[in-house]
Amino acid sequence: MIGDVPAPPPTYAVEGHGLVKTFGDFRAVDGIDIAVPAGSIYGILGSNGAGKTTLLRTLLGIIDPDEGHRSLLGDGAPLRQARSVGYLPEERGLYPSMKAFEAIAFMGALRGLPLKIGRERARLMLTEYGMGASMEKPIRQLSKGMAQTVQLFGTIIHEPRLIVLDEPFSGLDAINQGKLETLIRDQARRGVTVLFSTHVIAHAERLCERVAIVARGRIRFEGTVSEARDRLRPQVRLRTRASDGAWRRALPAETFAEDGAWHFALPQEGIEPLLRALLDGNAGIESLSIERPGLHDAFVAIAGEAAARQMQEDKEREEAA
Amino acid sequence: MRAALVIARRDFSAVVLSRTFILFLLGPLLPILIGMAFGGLGDKISRTDLRPVVGLAMTPADAVRMESALKRLAERMQPEALPTFHRVPLSPAPRVQLAQADADMIVIVSGTIARPILAGKPSDVERLRGDISLIATAALAEQALHMVRVEAEPVSTSVGAQMQGRLAIGRIAQVVIFFLTILLAGMILSNLVEEKTNKIIEILAAAVPVDAIFLGKLIAMLAMSFVGICFWGSTALCVFLALRPAGAALPDPAIGWPLFLMLAVIYFAMAYTLLGSLFLGIGAQAATVREVQTLNMPVTMGQMLIFFFATYAVDKMGSPPEIAAAIMPFSSPFSMIARAAQDGALWPHLLAIVWQTLWVGLIIRIGVILFRRHVLKSGGRWWKQLFRGATG
Repeated sequence: MIGDVPAPPPTYAVEGHGLVKTFGDFRAVDGIDIAVPAGSIYGILGSNGAGKTTLLRTLLGIIDPDEGHRSLLGDGAPLRQARSVGYLPEERGLYPSMKAFEAIAFMGALRGLPLKIGRERARLMLTEYGMGASMEKPIRQLSKGMAQTVQLFGTIIHEPRLIVLDEPFSGLDAINQGKLETLIRDQARRGVTVLFSTHVIAHAERLCERVAIVARGRIRFEGTVSEARDRLRPQVRLRTRASDGAWRRALPAETFAEDGAWHFALPQEGIEPLLRALLDGNAGIESLSIERPGLHDAFVAIAGEAAARQMQEDKEREEAA
Repeated sequence: MRAALVIARRDFSAVVLSRTFILFLLGPLLPILIGMAFGGLGDKISRTDLRPVVGLAMTPADAVRMESALKRLAERMQPEALPTFHRVPLSPAPRVQLAQADADMIVIVSGTIARPILAGKPSDVERLRGDISLIATAALAEQALHMVRVEAEPVSTSVGAQMQGRLAIGRIAQVVIFFLTILLAGMILSNLVEEKTNKIIEILAAAVPVDAIFLGKLIAMLAMSFVGICFWGSTALCVFLALRPAGAALPDPAIGWPLFLMLAVIYFAMAYTLLGSLFLGIGAQAATVREVQTLNMPVTMGQMLIFFFATYAVDKMGSPPEIAAAIMPFSSPFSMIARAAQDGALWPHLLAIVWQTLWVGLIIRIGVILFRRHVLKSGGRWWKQLFRGATG
């Protein structure tokens, strides 16, 4: 019987098409298309106020989009998949009087995990993480970092297929940030899809297979980290013994001097013509490095371009009005 | 429903296992204790003789006849309705005696029984003139006034008395349910403030439908109320059994005590959830505890109005106001419990319970739409939201 054949797992864990969400006159999400491959670690990058949180809340079904449609684990009604999803919101919240292990079990129970199992897992998780002494303490007695860890455990206690983390690294010290990165990688190894938002690019660069750069409610770039970095030409850093000469004419027009070195983007035609001119002109090459731009540079360039473009569009719209 | 029960369980435990819950349980008993203390004081005050004192400046023979007449009249009438007598000398004149510093009477009767003269301030004279006339007339007719003997014919039932008794039961049940509701439902107003201030609402809204959050909170508060009612009810029962007069019997409500008590519990639950769902919806809009406190007074006034409407037609069974009170969702539980005391038909109760349940669902859904729209900043057309599934 056809009805007995289980549906194949969706290619994309999260999908959104033409999503629009406005608050008054402000378009927080402005026509976003997004597809998060199942089993991947996917980052949504953007500065504060770019629309990341609203996008995540829309995808999770906490709020409904004004336009467009979304699908979570292949289901058009996101809350129907709540048992398979773990969500760590940007604004952390726990009941202050609840004991740490109870809070974790409660979050699991909300997503269908029996309380008894939730309590057992919570005790185990806290013990393994070195928080065994705090498991019976009420949340109000825990430090901010510990409370955040409790909430993170509550997010994964029910072993979800999709984990959504909104700014998960904010408020954590370097050690706990490292632990969180390890946890995300471990989850991904188990086949879990991890979708997280951040404005700290380093985390995305280390963790993500694909990223979406969001600025002013729109996705300005979507692809792998490598593709994002490829959007910028490699940067050349040249140090010469001679400070001037005919060879200077071979340097690209946008070249600037800083810290006793010349800085410019790698020319389209490659480095060889420039090298030849430097050698012929006796520039005296002291050091030459060609560096591939990081995700941070790509993000700044893409988001910056987007902001500039948006400002121009706004200006034109105002003039037209 | 599973999600609602998870939330209900958490809320119930958080409230019942807190130290403040002991205060919550003992709180309503304090006014009763204070009431009993003041009741004793009131009883003492009521037993203090406040009847007007009338001086009798008459011959000893007339004074005796007047006192005898007063005693006979007092046996048949409320003693408080008549003055008391205090013999005074025939001289000096009544006006002089009334002016004396130690005079404790407010008027003085002089003259004869056939022609009494009342001296005193005009207002006091006017007030007591009829009483003195009645006493003097009785004194004159002392020998001729025979009390007619009334024969007794005991009957086992009196519909009038039964109706009076059932009406009283209905009214008492209304008052009890109303006070329990007003005492307990107001707490629901502030129920979502904790979740909003602690940012937990985001976790809940991402995991379960908002309808389940509302329903779970209502269930928790209702369960907590039942704990309180069991405690207060047991205490009240003990006090009643200890203090009830010997031989006193309660009249039966029209549907009998077991069913009546069961319906009383159900109608309390319905009144509580109807008002509770409304309060939850209103309170969910409030951002702070201060806003909730501001909402408390108008909400209490609204409850009073509903109660007055329900009690207005309680003694006019089947009248348009009574039927209107039974149909209007918020007054329906109060009206229907009074009906249960007076009318034996059961089907109106089944209908009313279904009707009230539908309204609870509708009010929750409207509260959820408002919450999603104004707090979560979500939701499209309200009529689409009204009929869509809880999971969207």
